[in-house]
Parts: sequence; C-alpha cells; structure tokens
Amino acid sequence: MGTRITSLANNFDTTGKLKAAGINNASLSGITALPAGVAGKMTLLSTQTASASASLSFTSGIDSTYDEYWFVFNNVHPATDNVSFDFNGSTDSGSTYSVTKTTTLFRSGHDEADTFTQLGYNSNEDLAQSTSYQHIVYGLGNDNDQCVSGVFKLYNPSSTTYVKHFTSTASNYFASNGNNQMNVAGYFNTTSAIDAIDFKMSSGNIDDGTIRMYGVSTS
Amino acid sequence: MGQATRNIANSFTTSGVITSSAVNNTTISGITDINDLGGSLILISEQTASADASVSFTSGIDSTYDEYWFILNNIHPSGNTGGLGINFSTDGGSNWNVTKTTASFVAMHAENNAIAQIIYENGYDLAQSTADQEICQNIYTGNDESISGIIKLYNPSSTTYVKHFISNTQSYFASARSWHHLIAGYCNTTSAINGVIFRFDTNNMDDGTIQLFGVK
Repeated sequence: MGTRITSLANNFDTTGKLKAAGINNASLSGITALPAGVAGKMTLLSTQTASASASLSFTSGIDSTYDEYWFVFNNVHPATDNVSFDFNGSTDSGSTYSVTKTTTLFRSGHDEADTFTQLGYNSNEDLAQSTSYQHIVYGLGNDNDQCVSGVFKLYNPSSTTYVKHFTSTASNYFASNGNNQMNVAGYFNTTSAIDAIDFKMSSGNIDDGTIRMYGVSTS
Repeated sequence: MGQATRNIANSFTTSGVITSSAVNNTTISGITDINDLGGSLILISEQTASADASVSFTSGIDSTYDEYWFILNNIHPSGNTGGLGINFSTDGGSNWNVTKTTASFVAMHAENNAIAQIIYENGYDLAQSTADQEICQNIYTGNDESISGIIKLYNPSSTTYVKHFISNTQSYFASARSWHHLIAGYCNTTSAINGVIFRFDTNNMDDGTIQLFGVK
C-alpha cells in the first residue's frame, strides 16, 4: 500500500499534474467511443489486398451502422491487359452478385502521345435495368506501372424503402497509354438491403492493389 | 478518507500507472480536442427532414474548418418537384440570396435505355443570380425515389475571395432514370458565408438526412 502511494506520487509533477508515464495505452483500451464533436466520422472498417485474386468481396460490415460506405481503391493492377474493373452488389451476403442497376458513365480522356482528347458519355458502358457487373473503368492496361485508383461511394445500403444510390470516380491508366477519368453513378433498383459488394476484373485476376472500406457518419 | 485512498490506490499498478479499469468513457466525456487523433472528417450537425419546407444550417459554418461537406441521404419530397435547390446566406440565415455563377451538367440514363447522354444544363445554371441553384431535377413521390450526394463548400469564412462550391449528386429522376448531376460555381461575394439552405422548388422535404461535416 505504501509502495503504491509512493509510486503514485512519483507519477505526478510538483504541481500535481499526472505525468505522461502515469498512463499508457492499456489504460485506455476500454474506451470505445469519444464525445460528439471530437470523434472522426470516417472509420476504416476493413482492408483487402489483392494478390492474384479472382475478386475482392466485402461481405460483412455493410449494414445500418453507417449512412455511407466508401470504397477507396489504390493501385489496382490487372493480370490481363485491356480489361475493365467492375463491381456488383448483393442482397444475400455475397451468395449472388446480381442486383438490378441503372447507371450512367462518362469520361474524360487524353493519351500520352497527345493524339486524342475526349469528353463524353459512353452509351455502351452503362446499364439499363441490368444485373450485370458495372464498369468502374474499362480499357485498363497491365503494364507494370498501369493501374486504377479512385473511390466508390454507396449511400444508405440498408434502406428497405429507397433504391440505393452510388457514385464512383476513378483515374485509369488505359492500355494504349493514356489517362481516363471515369465517372459512374446509378442505383441498385431494389428495396432490399445491399449487404455485400464485389470487385473484379472482366477477365483474369486482380494482381495487386488495395481496397479499403470506410463507414462515414451515423444518423 | 482511508477507504477512498485505498480505492484510488487500487486504480494504480504497483508502479503507479493507471489501470485500464480505472478509465472509462465517462472519464473522457469532457474532452473537446484531441488534435488529429479523432480523424479529419468531423460531424458538426445533422438534420432529418419530416414534412419540412426547408433544411437550413445557420450555425457551425465559420473559420473553424477550411472545407465543409454536406452529405445528403435519400432526400424524398412530399409531392412532385422540379428539383432540390441550394442557396447561401451572409447574415446567419435572415436572407438566402447570395449572388452566384455556376456551371451545370448531367449524365442521364433511362431504365428503358431510351436515353443515355451527358449534356450541359443551360436552364439549370446561374449567371450572377441570387436564385436557388438546383442540384437535381424532377424528383417525384414514388416510394423508392430519392436523391443522395455531396456538396463541398470551400473556405466560407474568407473575406478576400469568392466562395467556391461543388455538388455531385445521384438521383432517381421522375421518368425512371439514373440522374448524375454535377454542379460547380462560386458565391460571388467577399462576405463570409455563414448559412446554407436546401429546399425543393415546390412541396416539402418528406424524408431524408443532411449531415454537415468539417474537414480538417
């Protein structure tokens, strides 16, 4: 008892303030929430790293906990040249990825040789009430330095009242050496909750890259 | 006093370090700043629509953050509307009539594939106008129809520069279309912007949430 009091006293300075050495991470391990206005509202839920992966699927953590879910993909690199990087949703925790969607896709483009520039809608790359996978980008190259990065945002996936809106913006190093910024938006035309998202290439594996899923804010 | 001393002592290890059981959420409830440990996206306030003519934010928009985000989730009208509008205030919400110049374009695609295009929206941009800027068009009352998206407002407290904003929304357009509407512009004033309002051109906001975030 006396030893503890002496040790305790040594963890305070002469003005009575607790020294940094008097508290450690273990002491704080029981804290599970911070006061409103202090806590950040973008929470990393999970990270997946591709390594010759047929797909990267998020089958847990997509529920009513957060109002928005952001999937940030970094340097996603395909095994096969000139492919599209695609996504689909699931209402059965990933057993099937075949939710009906209506989408838009437009892009700006510019090649390294400065032989073309483009801004336009791509009517062959959108979906109209289709259960197919939607491109995030297409024409992605597989040279060693070619990849796609961007963010896919999903709104209120657990709603059983409204369709589920999404938007995606990605920068794509395309196979014939240039850049596209591809902008996709649309909705999963279902009032069932979306509880899983799958990302894959149109052909071949995802050779490298990470996808991080964040929860953003709560009601 | 002796018991209290013993209880305090038991909350420390023999080396005088606080044990984990001595720290709980209540202990830290008074913390108002933890530097960057809390993350860089801070929820300032949230409003849920329920038969409201408008949703406005008249506090919390100041020099605390350089950037403010408004995240809209499933905003649903009480009757057919021409669109959801945004406007700004320099007097804490007494007036919503800041002069704006904006650009507006939309990518659209119908469920029946009858239309698929991107167009500049001549009728939905503003040139030195104080009117509301519409951030989507033709939201009707189908039970599953709504708009979601993000509006980013930059440096609203600047008294030197105009105030830029960018809107990126996705909505269910009345005639069963995906409607990806992108708008950018500036509030052409060197007065600080300290209020933002959202409202349909007609009818109420029946449902949906709008969250105001500060971005460090």
